[in-house]
Amino acid sequence: MRLAFTIRRYHPELDAAPHEETYRLDVTRGMTVLDALIRIKNEEDGRLTFRYSCRSAICGSCAMTINGAEKLACRTSVRKEWERHGGITIEPLRHLPVLKDLAVDMCSFWGKVRAIEPWVQADHLTPTGPLSLPAGSAQFHNVDACIMCGACVAACTVHEVDQGFLGPAALAKAYRFVADPREDSAARTARLAALQGPTGMWDCTRCNFCVEVCPKDVKPMEAIIRLRRAAIQAGMTDTGGARHVVGFRDLIARFGRLNEALMPLKVVGPSLRRLLHVLPLGLRMLLKGKVPNPLHPPIEGVRHVRALLERTRR
Amino acid sequence: MKYALYPGCAAKGATPELYQSTMAIIGRLGIEVTELTASSCCGAGVVAEADPEGALALNARTFAQAERLGLDVMTICGTCQGVMSTANRQLKADPALLQRVNRLLETERLVYHGNVQVKHLLWVVVREVGLAKLKDEVQVTLGDLKIAPFYGCYILRPSWDLGFDDPENPNSLEKLIRAVGAEPVDYGGKIKCCGFPIILEKEDIALAMNGANLKEAKEGGADAMVTPCPLCHMSLDIYQERAARKVETNLNLPVLHLPQMLGLAMGVSAKELGVEHHLVPVDSILKVVGERRKESGRS
Ligand code: SF4
Ligand code: SF4
Ligand code: SF4
Ligand code: SF4
Ligand code: FES
Repeated sequence: MRLAFTIRRYHPELDAAPHEETYRLDVTRGMTVLDALIRIKNEEDGRLTFRYSCRSAICGSCAMTINGAEKLACRTSVRKEWERHGGITIEPLRHLPVLKDLAVDMCSFWGKVRAIEPWVQADHLTPTGPLSLPAGSAQFHNVDACIMCGACVAACTVHEVDQGFLGPAALAKAYRFVADPREDSAARTARLAALQGPTGMWDCTRCNFCVEVCPKDVKPMEAIIRLRRAAIQAGMTDTGGARHVVGFRDLIARFGRLNEALMPLKVVGPSLRRLLHVLPLGLRMLLKGKVPNPLHPPIEGVRHVRALLERTRR
Repeated sequence: MKYALYPGCAAKGATPELYQSTMAIIGRLGIEVTELTASSCCGAGVVAEADPEGALALNARTFAQAERLGLDVMTICGTCQGVMSTANRQLKADPALLQRVNRLLETERLVYHGNVQVKHLLWVVVREVGLAKLKDEVQVTLGDLKIAPFYGCYILRPSWDLGFDDPENPNSLEKLIRAVGAEPVDYGGKIKCCGFPIILEKEDIALAMNGANLKEAKEGGADAMVTPCPLCHMSLDIYQERAARKVETNLNLPVLHLPQMLGLAMGVSAKELGVEHHLVPVDSILKVVGERRKESGRS
């Protein structure tokens, strides 16, 4: 079968702008997108640039955008892509600077991993925690399976609009150390506190893109949720995000359903400035019949809902 | 075709027009429902951030109520669908967890055995009602209108929990847009996020996301947008003016709930579909629908 591959090409020193090029190739059984790229480089254009090493989904260097989604080229079947999309388009990872063709500058990615200080922080002379990990804890909910390919960051919808966001891979890594029993409790608290501000754990919208694209089932978003839970449990509740979570649960325990008239007030918290910011929209909603009665009756059986949330709380 | 209707909070709160328009169309499509009036919030993924087992128990309680009626659950909110699909998968896969959660339901004499399926109205219309039946009910084709689908996150991802559309290339909304005679707008933002979960605390980020998707749809020629998620609707409609300012463009893009789009084509009145609740006026769409109706009356 002869198939067309459309590849985004860009040579910053020669090209004013990126452009697409199409190559036709006889594809063989079991061929991966990386196999195809190597053939194109060898047979069509030796200048085509892309990264790879292990060819077996271990090194994390071949992540790219294939038919609009972040994938490892070495693990992506040409045939399946063709069947799914009716064509094959290959582009570099999104929202990272392109060095040449499919190779992007991963500096910001590594900088963020470094920024979360990815090592166990403990006094090694007089450690307070265990020296080795208790059995079963080694994977930290699979975060250690991360191969640092960057697919999740390229897919992240918050990173798309704010490239300062620490992003799924680094935040998942941070969770791995928060969960590590060898880390000193003071260091753990400092780590959580450092992630409370802008670009930290509360910027994630829980869009599930990182979970969907990760080739190693790391589920970064779930690690971010665990980070948030750890922060709330450590008493760090003075952020909009934490007020949202705690306030939401309280409203469900009270009414059984979300009370959208009261929810914004919970998130705003004790701040006149923030209240004045949400008020105009609230008034427009009121005029359109979109603000439910804040005193609406709770659902049938709300006491059972309250009791069960009380029991699972601890 | 009978379902236990799970309304969710938004349809009972800030988007009453979703509930209204759902009720106005399902009978004619042959969907019968018993509403789960004692159901709680699904937790929206927020309760789980503090208390994962509590969130699972809330959903098990809803499933148990439906199971007692011998019915599968139909949702009308993309977020509810995502949260409940994941909860249901977890409960079905882990008997020990199910047992623990059932213990929390004992005081209400409820028990969930894991026999319920949860389906969004979108899926029920595409797969069970069928496009042929829907086309039979269409009285006013929405021809000439270009409608941009906006799926929202939770009805697509994680795809292994939802198991309906291809998350990279969904087409169920497109099928319905075509069935009512309109033309779907293809744009990258249709599978992205509207930013709603952080819109109260991180408005700048959320508006940048929301604005970018709306702008892309508008530039693709959209006359309106349609969404199966009322939380997306809140972002896209209530916050549209602020989003437009953020991305420095003029938007004025009417946003329809899925049953409103179907209802307009089925000849249901704008009043019954509750469009007067929207912040972005739907007048331009109603005008086209009115003209089409006059034409078809004449012929
Ligand atoms: S879930 Fe959060 S971290 Fe993951 S891609 Fe979405 S916004 Fe980014
Ligand atoms: S979390 Fe997954 S997608 Fe993200 S860098 Fe690690 S392996 Fe790649
Ligand atoms: S997702 Fe939202 S609307 Fe649906 S039940 Fe949960 S809180 Fe309510
Ligand atoms: S698009 Fe927004 S409201 Fe809709 S599901 Fe995603 S985050 Fe939720
Ligand atoms: S080449 Fe190493 S992960 Fe693809």
